[in-house]
Amino acid sequence: MKNESTYTLTVPAATEKLADVRKFVFDHSLQEGFSSEQIEDIRLAVDEAFTNIIKHAYEYDSNQEVLVHLHFDSDKLVVKLTDYGSSFDITKYKRPDLKEQIKKKKRGGMGVHLIRTLMDDVSYSRVNKKNEIKMSKNRG
Amino acid sequence: MKNFKIEHRRNSGIEVLDLHGELDAHTASQLEESLKILIDKGNSSIIVNCKELEYIASAGLGVFMAYIEDVREEGGDIKLTNMSDKVYNVFDLLGFPTLYDILNEENEAIEKFLNEK
Repeated sequence: MKNESTYTLTVPAATEKLADVRKFVFDHSLQEGFSSEQIEDIRLAVDEAFTNIIKHAYEYDSNQEVLVHLHFDSDKLVVKLTDYGSSFDITKYKRPDLKEQIKKKKRGGMGVHLIRTLMDDVSYSRVNKKNEIKMSKNRG
Repeated sequence: MKNFKIEHRRNSGIEVLDLHGELDAHTASQLEESLKILIDKGNSSIIVNCKELEYIASAGLGVFMAYIEDVREEGGDIKLTNMSDKVYNVFDLLGFPTLYDILNEENEAIEKFLNEK
């Protein structure tokens, strides 16, 4: 039986840090024995959630920071992303109609759909101006 | 940018962009710029070859969403080719295959463009 393990990374809320965040998630998930398909899913979901915080919670203010927290146990990985920006409840978002979006030359809203599809459980909380997105991926 | 690169070439008179590396919310602006330059020059038939594209996030797909109508209004298209299964999976999850022409090989896209002319 594997012990539980926790890894944290604090990064500026800047898109140039996306590659670092992906590497952090990728390396630890690999080390913790997740399959390559599962790692692809986790990496993309975290990328999308981090991008949403940069865009919506902090509105591209790269002086702000995001805490990425990984917790592995024998059943699953739980990823938590924490920020102190504007509220952005991804669980309230509807899937955008791609055809309509294209017609209007609009983009966006796709990340939330990906996060929900790729992860097994997604929740959001805002307590004392702290936003927390919690996403989990089961091992089995 | 070390993890993303775009190369531009022409195949049988059709503009081709070769994407290399990781396309995310940071590198998407480079793709946007390259597409915009081609479209502003009056090109409406564009192939985006994804053979060397290792990763794509929704911000990358967003660029294709923003420009596809512009080229189709001009009678052209943006055709996507040579995707790995991993990259295709992201397009598929977002419903792109029904609205975009995604082809296995660049030559198929060339043939289609030449036949449409």
